[in-house]
Amino acid sequence: MRAFTQAVAVARLRSLPMVAPLVVAALAIIVVAVAADPYLHTTVARMLPFALLAVSVAVVTGHAGLPTLGQVAPYAAGAYLTARLALTGIDLAIVHLLCAAVVGAVVAGLAGAVLVRHRGTVFLMLSLAVAELTAITAGQWRAVSGGTDGLAGIPAPRLLPGLPPLLGDRTVLLYAATITIAATAVAVWLLRGDRRMLLTATRANEDRARASGHPVNAHLWMVHCAAGAMAGIAGTLLIHTHRWITPADVGFGTAALVLLAAVIGGARSLGGAAVGAVIVLGVRDVVAVEVPGHAPLLVGALFVIGVYALPGGLTALPARLRRRHRRHAGPHAAAPPTAATSVRSTS
Amino acid sequence: MNTLVITTVDGIAYGLLLAIAAAGLTVAFGAGGVLNLAHGTFIAAGGYIAAAWTAGTWGSLATAILLATLAGAAGGGVLAAATAGLRGRGHLDQALLTFGIALVGGDVLTAVFGSDVLRPRMPAALEGTVAVAGYRYPVDRLAVLAVAVLVAVVGYVVLHRSRAGRLVRATVDDRAMVAGVGVNPRTVDAAVLVASGALAGLAGALTTPILGVGPGTADTALLLSLIIVVCGGLGSVPGAVAAAIGVGVVQTVGVVTIPALAPYLLITAMAVVLLVRRRPVPGQVT
Repeated sequence: MRAFTQAVAVARLRSLPMVAPLVVAALAIIVVAVAADPYLHTTVARMLPFALLAVSVAVVTGHAGLPTLGQVAPYAAGAYLTARLALTGIDLAIVHLLCAAVVGAVVAGLAGAVLVRHRGTVFLMLSLAVAELTAITAGQWRAVSGGTDGLAGIPAPRLLPGLPPLLGDRTVLLYAATITIAATAVAVWLLRGDRRMLLTATRANEDRARASGHPVNAHLWMVHCAAGAMAGIAGTLLIHTHRWITPADVGFGTAALVLLAAVIGGARSLGGAAVGAVIVLGVRDVVAVEVPGHAPLLVGALFVIGVYALPGGLTALPARLRRRHRRHAGPHAAAPPTAATSVRSTS
Repeated sequence: MNTLVITTVDGIAYGLLLAIAAAGLTVAFGAGGVLNLAHGTFIAAGGYIAAAWTAGTWGSLATAILLATLAGAAGGGVLAAATAGLRGRGHLDQALLTFGIALVGGDVLTAVFGSDVLRPRMPAALEGTVAVAGYRYPVDRLAVLAVAVLVAVVGYVVLHRSRAGRLVRATVDDRAMVAGVGVNPRTVDAAVLVASGALAGLAGALTTPILGVGPGTADTALLLSLIIVVCGGLGSVPGAVAAAIGVGVVQTVGVVTIPALAPYLLITAMAVVLLVRRRPVPGQVT
């Protein structure tokens, strides 16, 4: 039983420091917003939908333990729904966000009904099929998506009726950052305590979790739906920050990039996934401006360096540095207790 | 009717080429657990080398195919060295590494060969058409089909009749037993990755007369190879060959007969195969 109680304690302790990264993120956004550079505002604002999508991927991949490429489906549903609502004259941001969250959850629920019965490579390949079907449908369903040309000139949303539309670079940045940080905070809050334990137990020893009476697939399906709602919100942000969309924005390329961004950031940590997404897009859209046409080279190099330099992702770095520090401090320094991720040994 | 027969033969030829490419990928996964997302880039590299080196003579064609195979093998060697450091780190880290290598490789290929679709210049004897059983058929495609059959037969013999092939199959089944007979399974892994790269380069070179090679080649080839590997049952060569021929035929015949639904066909077929298969896939570790 000791390992189990220990794991619960670890899970409880961890939920507190999780607030700190969100505060840091908010401060970083404020610093960016204070700077007098509209280009910087736009660039950062356009990274945020992708960052929120990475958070939703991290929920499914890191917490539910199901490596997914399929989160682009609810993302696309949310984005195209928002675009259609805005084009028909419904321009309230809150309506967009709520509708996208619902449709994202429904799409993820439908896909999840099939997906969550599978694990590992089969899950990954089925989610690849979901991603491909999303991109193909987005390209073929011209009435909704405008075909491969995409939709452009989508009107900007309003926060409240009567307010001017969200057009200023700084306003859009602050709005997108608020939604992203709030959604991430809700996800972190939802994934604390017993829920987190339950998912850890499912990842570590599914058979045992099942034997203890937990309806594992039902839990995973609910997590998948909730992550779908987040991806739907990310889709709304995509429209609100870019105000155009093409099927390429919701295709396999985005799916692979966002999954790998979450892995670079550390898939167990939602904030880490968002930071990973910002780093990947920073390399692709900002650094790559210096060497035009070679963005894939830089992103590829980032992945290769990341996999060797950051095992376990960016968020595992502090723990690794501490361990190295202790090892250098002396041979008698106690080894840090390994994180109790398994509930297998209950004796 | 004529079109349908020709496309079916095209599909089988294309499927055999995909089988050659996917056989290496599936064995690398089955034996060493390496899921190589740079595979499509090796195929594209083979195609580019073939397209750039051929000059309409038999000699240049043979050299081009040899060079493409060697380039693929070199890529496999790089991959073997790179993945050796990631042992025990899970598939997502390998995906990160191999996808990174694929992005870098794709960028280098585009920088060297440009972003146009290239086609090889075949010897004059292969440019015409020939009548087979009442149908006109392009000679180069028949030649590709013949070579693909030859490579598949040689591959089968090597895998089933030679000591090296038996070691590879043994590693897929039981690594500890291979170590027990005095062979380091990691050496087998590295050899499989090099051979897998060589087969990818060869398949790329052989595909160019049919499809040409361009910036989209790597992604398409990777996607098709992954579908084949998964549908064939991870690690199974006969399964991969059967799946590859299926994919080749669906890709070519499907486009001709039901163009409206063609984009959905392959992905749906893969999903159905994954969903209806009863027996567990090897390597499906949760």
